[in-house]
Amino acid sequence: MPFPSVQVVLAVQSGYHAAMNMYIDTLTKPTITRNDLVRALQSLLSRDAVLHTEEDTRPYECDGLSAYRQTPWVVALPQTVQEVQKILRYCHANAIPVIARGAGTGLSGGALPRDNCLVLSLAKFNRILDIDPLNRNARVQPGVRNLAISEAAKVHGLYYAPDPSSQIACTIGGNVAENSGGVHCLKYGLTVHNIQQLQIITMDGELLTIGGSGLDSPGYDLLALLTGSEGMLGIITEITVKLLPIPQRAQVLLAAFDDAGKAGEAVGAIISAGIIPAGLEMMDNLAIRAAEDFVKAGYPTEAAAILLCEMDGSNEEVSLDVMKVRQLLLECGATDVRTSTSEDERLQLWKGRKSAFPAVGRLSPDYYCMDGTIPRKQLPSVLQRISELSQEYGLAVANVFHAGDGNLHPLILYDANKPGELQRTEEFGGKILELCVEVGGTITGEHGVGIEKINQMCVQFQPLELEQFHRVKAAFDPEGLLNPGKAVPTLHRCAEFGAMHVHHGKLTHPELERF
Amino acid sequence: MSDRDCSTELREQIQTCYQHKTPLQIVAGGSKTFYGNPVSAEPLSVSAHRGIVHYEPTELVLTARCGTPLTEIEQTLAEQQQILGFEPPHFADSATLGGCIASGLSGPARPYRGAARDFVLGMQIINGKAEVLHFGGEVMKNVAGYDLARLLTGSLGTLGVILEVSLKVLPKSEVEQTVSFELSEPAAIQRVNELSAQAFPITAACYDGEQLYLRLSGNAAAVKSAHKQIGGNSVNNASMFWQNLCEHKHPFFQNPHPLWRLSLAAATPPLKFEGKQFIDWGGAQRWLVSEEEPKRIRRQLKELGGHATLFRHGGEQPVFQPLEGKLRELQMNLKLAFDPHCLFNPGRIYPDF
Repeated sequence: MPFPSVQVVLAVQSGYHAAMNMYIDTLTKPTITRNDLVRALQSLLSRDAVLHTEEDTRPYECDGLSAYRQTPWVVALPQTVQEVQKILRYCHANAIPVIARGAGTGLSGGALPRDNCLVLSLAKFNRILDIDPLNRNARVQPGVRNLAISEAAKVHGLYYAPDPSSQIACTIGGNVAENSGGVHCLKYGLTVHNIQQLQIITMDGELLTIGGSGLDSPGYDLLALLTGSEGMLGIITEITVKLLPIPQRAQVLLAAFDDAGKAGEAVGAIISAGIIPAGLEMMDNLAIRAAEDFVKAGYPTEAAAILLCEMDGSNEEVSLDVMKVRQLLLECGATDVRTSTSEDERLQLWKGRKSAFPAVGRLSPDYYCMDGTIPRKQLPSVLQRISELSQEYGLAVANVFHAGDGNLHPLILYDANKPGELQRTEEFGGKILELCVEVGGTITGEHGVGIEKINQMCVQFQPLELEQFHRVKAAFDPEGLLNPGKAVPTLHRCAEFGAMHVHHGKLTHPELERF
Repeated sequence: MSDRDCSTELREQIQTCYQHKTPLQIVAGGSKTFYGNPVSAEPLSVSAHRGIVHYEPTELVLTARCGTPLTEIEQTLAEQQQILGFEPPHFADSATLGGCIASGLSGPARPYRGAARDFVLGMQIINGKAEVLHFGGEVMKNVAGYDLARLLTGSLGTLGVILEVSLKVLPKSEVEQTVSFELSEPAAIQRVNELSAQAFPITAACYDGEQLYLRLSGNAAAVKSAHKQIGGNSVNNASMFWQNLCEHKHPFFQNPHPLWRLSLAAATPPLKFEGKQFIDWGGAQRWLVSEEEPKRIRRQLKELGGHATLFRHGGEQPVFQPLEGKLRELQMNLKLAFDPHCLFNPGRIYPDF
C-alpha cells in the first residue's frame, strides 16, 4: 500500500507554481557563483556527495507539498558531523542559504529550495546509535525513519510514541523540525514531549548539545524552542528520543452517527468522563466512503460521521474503559457501536483511517490537505461553515479529524488541469485556516507553516509578535541563512497580503504602510 | 481580592521603566523568592492581575491570569475531577500561577505525566520593550511560529512578564495506591527503572534511603492488578507523603545545609557525595544535602550529562550550572531578543542576564 505522503506528491503533481514567486524577502545574494560552491563542496566531501546537475538536483525540487517547486543550486549529502560543520562554515562565510532536508515528506513546503541555495540532505545520517532500555531512550541520527525506532525498540518492550501518518517514510529529524504529531497525541503528546536531547550545529558551524541526560537542563528551554522551529535555527545532527513501554492491550471502538454534531458531542462526553483515549478520530461521510471503497475496512458507508476511539493500558483498565465508552457513545446517539475483538480487526479498523488521504486521492485528480486546529466544541459550526464554503467555491471537501485534540484535516478535491482551480482551492484553504483562527484555533496543528501557510501567519499573529519571532531567529542566525523566507513572514509580506485580502471588512494591519 | 485585568497598568509601568532603563523585580506571592540568585531592583507587583479567564473541562483547558492563586486553580479543577498533571510545588499558600510557570518547577509526577512546560499551551506576556504579545493558544496542537510559550516557562521572569497562561489539564485518577519496598540504593534504582520500562500505571517513584515508594494511579481494576503484579507493602496516608515530598515538608528537607537538585539520567548508579540524598523522579532527580565543594558537584554532574542546581541555602554561590561558549552566547542573545535593556529580574538566572 502506498504511504500517504507519496500519494500527496502524486496527487498534486499536475499543476504547480514557480517557487520564486512565493518568496517575498530581501536576502543578501551569495558572494560566490554556483560553480565556486560546487568546487568547494567537492573539496570538502566525497565527489558523489555533491549533486549539481539538473538531473541530480531535480528530485529535490519539492517536498510533500509539490504544488511549489524550485531546483536548488546544489545538494550536499554529508556523512559526518564534521562534514556538516565544514559545509555550514563555508556557506556562512559566503552568504549561501542552507535548507535542511530529511525524507521530504513534509506537507507545508518547509524543505522547498530557493534558486541560489544549498539543500543539505541528512539522508546519510541514518543510524540508530544506541538504545538504552533501562533509561528508556534511544540515541538516533536525524535521517532514521520514525517507525524504524519503534521497530528497533520492540525487543525491549518499548516504542516511540508520536506516529505521524507518514511514519514509515518520514524521518525523526524532520519530526523534530516540525514538532510532528500523529493519532496518539492526546494521550502521549507531540514530538516536543517525547525527546530529551539534541545535538545541533549552528549556522556558523558550532556543535552544541541541547537538553541533557536528565529531564531538564540549565538556562532557557532551548529543546522546546528548537522543536518545531522548521530548520530556521540550527541543523539537527543527533536526537535522543524517549521510549515508552508498549501497552499490554489496545482495543478500538467504531461508532456510527447520523449527524456529525452528535459525534462531536460524544468526543466531549468521553473526555468529561475522565477518559483520555489513546486515539480519537473522526471521519465524515465522504471520507468514510472513500476509505471503505479503497481498503474495505468495514465502515458504515451511510453514516454521516464515524468515531474511532482507541483505549490502551492494562487488560483490566481497557476492559472497563471500553464498556464505559461504549455506553457513552450510545447515550450520545450513536446508531451503531462496534468493538474490535482481535488485533487483526483493530488494525483493519485503523487501516481505513490511516489510508484516508490516499483514499480521497482516488476520488479526484488532485486534493489539498489542510491542517487547522480548533477548540473541539466549535466542531459543528466549523463543519457547517466549511460545507458552505465548499458550495460557494464549487469544490468538494472530505473531512478527517483528530477529534481528541481538535486537529482538523479538510481535504479539498480539485483538478489542477482546470485553469484557475488550484488558485481557487488555495483561496478556499486560506479561508478555512482563517476560520480556525477566528474560533480560537490555529492555522497549523502539526504540518508546520513552511511556505504554504506563511500568509495566514499574518492573520494568526500581530506585527509585534512576528517581530519577536524574527528577533528569536536572529539570536541564532543573524544573517538569516537557515531556511530563509519560511515559517515567519516579513511585515512587508503581511502588508502585501493584507492589501489583497480584506478580512471582515477590516484591513488586517491598518497601522502598516501599503506598498 | 477580586478578579481584575491589570494588563494596561502593567504595560504602562513597564513602558516607563523601558524609557528610563529601570530594572524590575517581578513579584507576586513571594513563595519562590528563594529560588534563583538574589535580585535587587524595583519591585513590580503582578498579584492584582488575577482570575480564571476561561475554563472548559471538556476541552481540558484552563486559562488564568498570572496573579491567580495556585490553590484557587487547583480547587476549581478539583470540582470537575481534574488536576494539574505536573503537580507543581507551592512552597507557600501565597503561590500564584505566574510564579509556578516562571519557575517551571514540577512535582513527583513529572517523569510520568510531564513537566510544567509540557502542559503550557499558550501565554500572553509583556516583553522588555513593553509590548503585549500572545503566543500559542488554547488548543492541544499548535505549530504556528516558534514555541515561545514553552521557552518562557522556567525562564524565571527574565524574558518577560507572564500575564496569562493557558494550560492543558488532566482528569484526576479514579484510584491511587502507593506501595513500598525495602531495598538498598543500587537495587532501588535498578528496580524502579525496570518497572518503569513495563506497562504499569506508575505516576510517582522515590527512594528515601531505605524504602522505594511507587504510586500507582488509574481505574480501580488497573491499580489492583498492577499492585498484584508488582507486590510491595501498601502505604497508608500516601497522598500526604507525596505532598510533603513535593512541598519539601518531608523531614529530609528540614536541614539548614545547602540543598542541591541534581538532574541526570534516571538509571545512573548511586552518586558518591558527602551528605544525604533523596531520590525522586524514578532516579532522574536527586536531592542532595551536602557541604561538598560546589565545583566538584557540578563537574561530576556535567560528566554525567546532567546539571546541578543549588536549590536552597547556597549562600553566595551561583544557583544554576554555568553555561559555556556558544550555548551561553545563544542564551544571552535570546535574553536580549526579549528584553534589550535587561529590565526583568536582573541576575536571577545568571549574573549578567
